[in-house]
Amino acid sequence: RCVNCLSNSHSLSLPPALQKNCGRTPLTNLQQCRGGAAKVVAAGLLTVGGGIGGTVLYAKWDHKFRAAVENNVPYSDWLLGLALGPASQDSGLPVKKQVRMAPRYIVSVCFPPEECKECHGHEDTPVTAVVHPDTESPALTEPLKERPVEEVTAILAQQDQEEQDTLASVSASLEDSLASSAKATLQAIGAQEAALQAIARHTHKLKEAMEAEVPPEEKSAQWKELEATIADRTSAVTDAETALLKANEALNSLKSVIDESKGLKVSAVRPLVLAAEENLHNMVVDLDKVVTKVQSAESEAKVVSQYSELVNEAKQQFQREVTSLTPEIQANWKSLTGKLSADDLNALIAHAHRRIDQLNRELAEQRVREQIHIEASLEQQRLEDQKALEKAVSTALQHYKEDARLEQERKLSELREVMEAEMRTQLRRQAAAHQDHVQDVLKVQEQELRADAEQVLSSKLLEQETRYRQLSQEQLDNFTLDVNTAYARLKGVEEAIDSHVVAEEEARKAHLLWLSVEALNYTLKTADAEVPTMPLEGAAQAVRDSCRDNDFAMALASALPEESLQRGVYSEASLRARFNSLRSLARRVALIDETHNSLYQYFLSYLQAALLFESKQEAPPSQLSSEDLDPFRLLSYASYCLEHGDLELAAKLMNQLRGEARRVAEDWLTEARLTLETKQVISLLSAYANAVGLGTTQAP
Amino acid sequence: MFSMSEKELGKKWDRCLADGAIKLGTGLGLGIVFSVLFFKRHTWPISFGSGTGLGMAYANCQNDLRSFYLLHRSEKEQ
Repeated sequence: RCVNCLSNSHSLSLPPALQKNCGRTPLTNLQQCRGGAAKVVAAGLLTVGGGIGGTVLYAKWDHKFRAAVENNVPYSDWLLGLALGPASQDSGLPVKKQVRMAPRYIVSVCFPPEECKECHGHEDTPVTAVVHPDTESPALTEPLKERPVEEVTAILAQQDQEEQDTLASVSASLEDSLASSAKATLQAIGAQEAALQAIARHTHKLKEAMEAEVPPEEKSAQWKELEATIADRTSAVTDAETALLKANEALNSLKSVIDESKGLKVSAVRPLVLAAEENLHNMVVDLDKVVTKVQSAESEAKVVSQYSELVNEAKQQFQREVTSLTPEIQANWKSLTGKLSADDLNALIAHAHRRIDQLNRELAEQRVREQIHIEASLEQQRLEDQKALEKAVSTALQHYKEDARLEQERKLSELREVMEAEMRTQLRRQAAAHQDHVQDVLKVQEQELRADAEQVLSSKLLEQETRYRQLSQEQLDNFTLDVNTAYARLKGVEEAIDSHVVAEEEARKAHLLWLSVEALNYTLKTADAEVPTMPLEGAAQAVRDSCRDNDFAMALASALPEESLQRGVYSEASLRARFNSLRSLARRVALIDETHNSLYQYFLSYLQAALLFESKQEAPPSQLSSEDLDPFRLLSYASYCLEHGDLELAAKLMNQLRGEARRVAEDWLTEARLTLETKQVISLLSAYANAVGLGTTQAP
Repeated sequence: MFSMSEKELGKKWDRCLADGAIKLGTGLGLGIVFSVLFFKRHTWPISFGSGTGLGMAYANCQNDLRSFYLLHRSEKEQ
């Protein structure tokens, strides 16, 4: 309905009623339509936008997806580039570059072979080789030349020897210094311990002396002991100090030695150095510990001594006061208790009271100043503590640093070892590869040389062989030539003999043939006047048998007409006789032919024959003209020929007869032909047999 | 056995004459018969008969003598 409305509203030619209707009611429809269309359009746009946005976001997150989209959807790469920037291609190239550069680095490092001293100069070049691998490595190869193996080994051996020497010396010195420093340190430690002990004893004694309420006799002994301990202590402390100084000296020397040996940069020394350093460190640590202990003990002792001093001072003060009060009293404590009078005692008590008051006052003052003093002392203590702390911290830090440094050194040495080992393996590998390459090259060279040598050898061999073969061939040829000639002669002889045999055979055959032909000829004579000859079959067969392998004779023998073979032929005489009778008949039917053959013609022809007279015999001309074809003439010619024995010509002439005369003479002609044929064949055969016989009797 | 073509003519003539004689006689006889029987002894049946006989004989003889050529012609035509 909406579509209809729209179309209707668009069309101009509409009746107004409908327009009104369309105008009013489909307003909502149009609105609805518009709303629906807008909804559809909005939804579509939203979907498309959402799809594109989603694609872009996902492409940003997943690079493979982005690549796939770019490959499959045209212009998507432009869009994605616009939205996200160009695709990062960090996967491909730099890794390859690193990979490519790494082998070059290894190669250029491995190039200078095993000469550490020269390596110093070349250690920089690997770095540059990494930067310009292509240009530097050919430049690297040029200044290096392959030193001869002995020189290399000599240099290597020398280097090793030097190393060994330095190592030995360094180790010796290190050991010496280590030993000395250890001794000194131990001594110092011992001395410090002794000092510690002495100090402890002294303080203890002092404490005892201060606090113990002992009788004076023992006091003096105590004081003497104390003095002894003091002396001990001082001596021990001085000893300790000297020992400490010595130890420090030794340690310093050790340190210097270590530094020296470090400066040599020989790798084998390092573990020793490291061990020495460690030992040094330990010694230093122990020394410091002991020193701190001693110092703490000393401070304690100082406290105690201060206390003792104070006490002594107080005692002296008191004694001074007492003496001042009672100057007459002797300074001797011992007499004090027995010899004092009541006044003295009272004075003493008063003094004591005054003293007590004074002391109380001082105490009160002291109590007042206590706080300040405590603060001050605390402050002092704090300062001292701080100093001590700082010192301790600094020493601890130093120790820790030293520890760390040693650890680092140890790790470094380990790493260095590992690197050494790896480098050694790589070098070994390089050497192995070089060896393989050399082996291959050698193999190839060997093959080439072998091929050359073989070629030369084969060519020489070939020469020799060809020469030998030539000679042998010549010999063989000569021999074969001789043999051939002999053989040929033999063959000739044999052939001659064979041909003789053959010739004789031929002759025999020819004789046979001739005989058979003669027999055949003779059979011709067996004809009587009217009877033909006997059948020539037998004789012909005999002829055929005698000339089996002679094609000509066979052909001739088989050319005999069949009838002559079966029936025999008439002789010439009989034919002649027959001709005579034939002649008269032919005369009588001379006019009859195809057209003229009625009885009347017969009558006429009979009449002609009766009335016409021709010569009995007339010599035929060499060429027959048309008027000679007259049957009478022909008959006369033929008769003449027959009289003169020329059957052939007679037959030819008779052949010219036409019509009935011809028909009448047909049989005669046939017979004449047969006879002629047979005679011809036989004459040929006899001629041939004669020729053959004549031929074979002669020498070939 | 031995075909002699020159004798053929003689044979033909023999046949001819024989045939002629027979036909003539037969014609004559028939003519006589007919003339006696049917034609009141006129002479014309006799002459007719003999003439017929002779004519037939002539024709036969001629035919016989021609037979060779006729055959040849028909063979030629064929």
